[in-house]
Amino acid sequence: MLQTAVPLPSPAAVPSLPVAPAPAPDTAAKITASGLDFYYGPRRVLEQITLQMRRNEVTALIGPSGCGKSTFLRTLNRMNDIVPGARVEGSVVLDGRDIYAAAVDVVDLRRRVGMVFQKSNPFPKSIFDNVAYGLRINRMTRSREDLEGRVEASLRSAALWDEVKDRLHTSALALSGGQQQRLCIARALAVEPEVLLMDEPASALDPIATQRIEELIYQLKSRYTIVIVTHNMQQAARVSDVTAFFWLGRLVETGLTTKIFTAPAQKLTEDYITGRFG
Amino acid sequence: MTGMISTGGRKVMSSLFVALCTLSVLIALVPLAFVLFFVISEGVQALNFDFFTKMPKPVGETGGGMANAIVGTLMVTGLGSMFAIPIGIMSGVYMSEYAGTRFASLVRFAADTLNGVPSIVIGVFVYGIAVLPFKQFSALAGGLALGVMMIPIIARTTEELLLLVPGTMREGALALGATHARAVFSVVLPAALPGIVTGVVLALARIAGETAPLLFTAFSNRYFTTSLRQPIGTLTVMVFTYAISPYKDWHRQAWAGALVLVSIVLLCSLLARFATRKIEGLHSN
Repeated sequence: MLQTAVPLPSPAAVPSLPVAPAPAPDTAAKITASGLDFYYGPRRVLEQITLQMRRNEVTALIGPSGCGKSTFLRTLNRMNDIVPGARVEGSVVLDGRDIYAAAVDVVDLRRRVGMVFQKSNPFPKSIFDNVAYGLRINRMTRSREDLEGRVEASLRSAALWDEVKDRLHTSALALSGGQQQRLCIARALAVEPEVLLMDEPASALDPIATQRIEELIYQLKSRYTIVIVTHNMQQAARVSDVTAFFWLGRLVETGLTTKIFTAPAQKLTEDYITGRFG
Repeated sequence: MTGMISTGGRKVMSSLFVALCTLSVLIALVPLAFVLFFVISEGVQALNFDFFTKMPKPVGETGGGMANAIVGTLMVTGLGSMFAIPIGIMSGVYMSEYAGTRFASLVRFAADTLNGVPSIVIGVFVYGIAVLPFKQFSALAGGLALGVMMIPIIARTTEELLLLVPGTMREGALALGATHARAVFSVVLPAALPGIVTGVVLALARIAGETAPLLFTAFSNRYFTTSLRQPIGTLTVMVFTYAISPYKDWHRQAWAGALVLVSIVLLCSLLARFATRKIEGLHSN
């Protein structure tokens, strides 16, 4: 006899301990696309994309222009719904629920899956009203104090508070490009999303502003699931944990960023990363 | 030597074109200058404080003013804008935001057609629907006629200005969980507002100067009234009546009326520019 059977207590037998229910492991999939096809009219622009994006990680989508990475990003919050003739097949599952299911409320989905665009798009309103916009339309605040508190917290999260706290009620359009982009991030964060989609958020910014955005992404990943589209290889290497390489509407390769950039499995990925095309 | 022009020849051609363009501008400006010159020089002589405060005098007596017509013009254009501005702006929103559907392009075509309908025809139409059934000319009918003229102007201006608002602005609002209507009314429309205000004021200026649609709707009235259900005098119709009359003193008053009208239109345009700057200033200071 190898061992005396020490019966393991069955989970039900254990008296409930004062421990919080185990949180989902930090690296669990937050949002998963499976067999995703995307069509603009008759033209298929995404083909059988299967990709997991995990909690508290930054997933970078790279690939040449027109490869479908932005389109893919926009399928994650159903932003493509507004494009006439757009059609999706396959599934995108967020926390166990298919976001393309009939019962899903797109408005609520977009609140949970925030988005930052390539070109900063502040509304022609004051800095304060820009950040407060999502809170107001989603009726997320109970009082003026609550609203002000959340606006401040969002601006702090986006590392913009100190620069704008004395001019919250001046036009957002007077901010610099980098500040405008951080304002758009603050605006997205204000509605407490779980996922943050970023479509080339730094492509129109100078190197210093870019660096600030990258630092911000690094800080934000402890609280959000982040998916970022970028044309900048170095940026993908710096900010992301996982990289997915798209080419002609297909997902060629995905894996840990360190591996993709040092030892890609596919020749195509290597050629792209080393700048042989694209 | 075919097709060859010496450098000197090319320079001459170039100067000739510049000269032609300049000449065209001058020809275009001449009527405007003359109109303004006559209206101002003749009008100023006839214009006095009485013109704004007194009623028209009976035929044969000199003096008096057009207080009733000034109030009438303001009332009729005010009535017209009251229903044309909301309907025009909402139609513009519909055309720009829901375009692509067959109905939207139909609406656009209808607006363009309505825009081209001669104003006298609009007057006859409103006469048919708002005067005949009640057997009564009225300020309300006049306002209706002017409003019908304003709607397509405002609708098309609104549509064009909304289409100029970058799509990224719309997407930004949608991405935050706004519904389409919410995005339009809280972000897109405010972004286009300076231009829309200008468009509305210019439409106002244009219809304030209309005579034909008022002839069988508001008709005319030599007495002071603010009743919506009574015929009402307006500056344009008064100027028309006075100008074709055989009396010297009425001609004088017609010039004064014309001057007041031109001033109102000019004031509207200035107001539009000022409002536009002010709103743009709010957005980008």
